[in-house]
Amino acid sequence: MKAIVNIGLKKGVLDSGGKATHHTLQTIGFGDLVADVRVGKQIIMELNTTDKDKAMAEVTKMCKDLLANTVIEDFEIILEA
Amino acid sequence: MHVVVLQFPGTNCEYDTKYAFEKLGAKVSIVWHEEKSIPSDTTLVVLPGGFSYGDYLRSGALAKHAHVMDAVKTYADNGGYVLGICNGFQILTETGLLPGALKRNDNLHFISKHHHIKVVSNDNKFLQELNVGDVLNIPVAHHDGNFYIDSDGLTELKANNQVLLQYCDSDGRNQILNGSVEQIAGICNKNKNVFGLMPHPERAMEMLLGCDDGIKMLNGFLK
Repeated sequence: MKAIVNIGLKKGVLDSGGKATHHTLQTIGFGDLVADVRVGKQIIMELNTTDKDKAMAEVTKMCKDLLANTVIEDFEIILEA
Repeated sequence: MHVVVLQFPGTNCEYDTKYAFEKLGAKVSIVWHEEKSIPSDTTLVVLPGGFSYGDYLRSGALAKHAHVMDAVKTYADNGGYVLGICNGFQILTETGLLPGALKRNDNLHFISKHHHIKVVSNDNKFLQELNVGDVLNIPVAHHDGNFYIDSDGLTELKANNQVLLQYCDSDGRNQILNGSVEQIAGICNKNKNVFGLMPHPERAMEMLLGCDDGIKMLNGFLK
């Protein structure tokens, strides 16, 4: 089973990287189209299990303990068979 | 006085830190991250600056799970003094020994220069030798020094005199350096035995190198 973890700064926490990227998108002509940019990271893991509940519980633990800093970041877990 | 300076792969300020505390008269040991214990006569643990584990994932995040950190957590929980400088501060927030988090600088630049900081609280071991309002000239060198804490957390920090240092100009007026909430440069925990700051007092120990204001800061631990 594959686990895809998306991590990004929480709403309300200034995303300077997103802001700078947005600014550059504006300067190259996408200003009308793009309203906001957030930059995050994605962690992709191959898991040695087919048990979805177990995978979700364990990956949630990983996120809280290491992969995300929950003071400033939110995480989202997507499991794929 | 036995100062233990931790060393992770990627740490690069351990020898400056050793030099600084030896200059002040302390015995200093450098302890490798794989050690499961720290010397029993330790009076201060310092997490020095650098780029532990290459700053992968987030600055300080991987160091949180180093073997030696279990011993440091126990030491701190028992009231032992712990100081994190720069990357060490990042490790302490990641570990949860200090509140808040350190984000990428707002201007996205690595900032490396001398900068003024002022003392906000001195009712603690670290800054006891200084007066509130004292302005110090100390080098900063960081990419992720933008201190973040939510408004409840900030209220709590202030209520307990946990805000130790703020970035300022030479006259002590607050000055934005990296986007930190209220220009915070250093804090401590509620029990006032765990301290963290982004500026490098260990690099301000000799007039030959431009400034020795670091002496007044680090000396607090030897009193």
